[in-house]
Amino acid sequence: MTAPAAARPAARRPFARRLLARPETGALAGAVAVYLLFWAVAPPFRKLDSLATVLYQSSTLGIMAVAVALLMIGGEFDLSAGVAVTTSALTASMVAFQFTLNVWSGVLAALVLSLAIGALNGVLLVRTRLPSFLVTLATFLMLQGLNLAVTKAVTGNVATDSIRDMDGFEQAEALFSSSFSIAGTELRVTVLWWLGFAALATWVLLRTRYGSWVLATGGDAASARAAGVPVTFVRISLFMTVGFAAWFAGMHHLFAFNTVQSGGGVGNELRYIAAAVIGGCLLTGGFGSVPGAVVGAFLFGMVSQGIVYADWEPDWFAFFLGAMLLLAVLLNLWVRQQATRRRSP
Amino acid sequence: MRRRNGDRSAVRRGLAALAALVVAAALATGCSSDSGGKRARERAEQEAAAGRADTPRITVALITHGAPGDTFWDIVRKGAEQAAAKDNADLVYAGDPSPAEQSALIDNAVDQDVDGIALTMADPEAVSGAIARAREAGIPVVGLNSGLDAWRDAGLLSYFGQDEALTGRAFGDRLNDEGGRHGVCVVHEQGNVSQEQRCGGVAETFDGDLETLYVDGTDMPAVRSTIQAKLQQDPSIDWVVALGAPFALAAVGSVTDAGSDARIATFDLNPELVTAIEDGDIAFAVDQQPYLQGYLAIDALWLYVFNGNISGGGAEPVLTGPAFIDEENVDTVADHARNGTR
Repeated sequence: MTAPAAARPAARRPFARRLLARPETGALAGAVAVYLLFWAVAPPFRKLDSLATVLYQSSTLGIMAVAVALLMIGGEFDLSAGVAVTTSALTASMVAFQFTLNVWSGVLAALVLSLAIGALNGVLLVRTRLPSFLVTLATFLMLQGLNLAVTKAVTGNVATDSIRDMDGFEQAEALFSSSFSIAGTELRVTVLWWLGFAALATWVLLRTRYGSWVLATGGDAASARAAGVPVTFVRISLFMTVGFAAWFAGMHHLFAFNTVQSGGGVGNELRYIAAAVIGGCLLTGGFGSVPGAVVGAFLFGMVSQGIVYADWEPDWFAFFLGAMLLLAVLLNLWVRQQATRRRSP
Repeated sequence: MRRRNGDRSAVRRGLAALAALVVAAALATGCSSDSGGKRARERAEQEAAAGRADTPRITVALITHGAPGDTFWDIVRKGAEQAAAKDNADLVYAGDPSPAEQSALIDNAVDQDVDGIALTMADPEAVSGAIARAREAGIPVVGLNSGLDAWRDAGLLSYFGQDEALTGRAFGDRLNDEGGRHGVCVVHEQGNVSQEQRCGGVAETFDGDLETLYVDGTDMPAVRSTIQAKLQQDPSIDWVVALGAPFALAAVGSVTDAGSDARIATFDLNPELVTAIEDGDIAFAVDQQPYLQGYLAIDALWLYVFNGNISGGGAEPVLTGPAFIDEENVDTVADHARNGTR
């Protein structure tokens, strides 16, 4: 799935070894192990309805994780991604409500703003030459403040007003937050969007020139630039991709819950990064995979819901979550080491 | 420098012997405390243990918007556990401050096919979808703590809690009785609707000025210094209104450090706060009786499942507050608060 610049021609290696060398294989092994564990200890987890709940939770995280994985493969971080989702949802809701417009106007305004925030992150990064960690930390804090201050100034409250009864709400709800039945199980539409976005991102990364630019920029920006890769364009566009995903996730949140609390989203940025890293993205950039991030998000959703299905003591929830993720990543690493181990002569 | 193995194990044996000696000495001297400690708590627990219903075992879920590790929600949970133990029920507890996560937890309880769900509605719109799914699955749902204006519309059977705005208004009246002129309302969770309602209620009836001060509730040192800065900046402030016991206790330090004469009052209790009221550091607290909220909600589910009873008649909320606690009556609740049930 990935195309790291392999020194040896891949075709000479046996198929099994090639499979093991893929960044998402280890994550998949971890996910299967965790799935089997919960299957064994939690009877409610075995139901299809439960799987649908897990997939839904994974998809809301996963849509963001896809974009964040691309950004990380390109060698950058985005700490503002969590609150950016809330910013987008607040914008759409307030624009529609305050000006009494069709909700689609709010949705479009939010898209423009989200892309602008992404572009701002990218431009700041390129202009200041500061690490993206610092640039996006600043954006994160500013957005967190804006979310509250603007919402309070505009609505007089800390949450937006309900837009359920406004024109266009039902269409937007159908697009961003409907559910459909498969074999008697209600599946949320976000699951399809998630897999669709992931497929698109995978294709872009592996089959297009832009994808190879992303890998080159993340691997070694200086040599990439020397080789004629438009590094600045790649970075800004990657941040805008995260902005687009934040818009989509924000729209889902708005049309699933009708109101938005201005304090939401804080802390989610780390979950997106965690999902990408579990899926095999390196923190240093230049290596990783989109399907891996999909599996990482699924693993996250599975653990966080599975602990509840298993009725484990909720006080231990965060501990279990951390321990499971650590085990999954260690398994991932072990699988990858098996793949790259030299055969004994 | 590397020691040889033999040396290292000798050192380890010596340390172990020393540790054993210390423990043995502590036990032998019999320096046990006659008051407080674990023994006092065990006594209290034995006294609280009630009989048990002989109805068939059921499973009920309590799903709150409480963050893990929050003292308030721990008390709610204790009340619910006590009721579950008495009603021969299994209690599944889960909580998450994010409305989206809470919705997922409700779906999760529906997937588990529980016999009843008790939940909080901090963001009624956000959890209404999940509640509808629970009702479609034929599971009775009751509300507690938050969602006073929304529980009927969402199709809940009953509601147990206090009216935040009403409590705020009672709080404001009390400040007037105390002769307050300039208060500051400390919001520790930006974006929390019920906190805004509390401050709004106080402002409605309070005759003096009431300002809002935002602090970061997850960072106690910052809470303390922010309140201190505010008191130093405006010496005319004579009342600090906290929205949770830990924040009132932090404000005690702020008032001392700022050299201010401001008095402190708060919503909600905790064990240390009782001591602070006894010592006169904090003037009064308004208790919404979280233990009662958890207990009544679970009991109501049991009554509905086995006898079709609807607490509150399906039309009116069952109010658990406001109960004012000050120097006059603090001794009646002190022991319960110290046991973490009040």
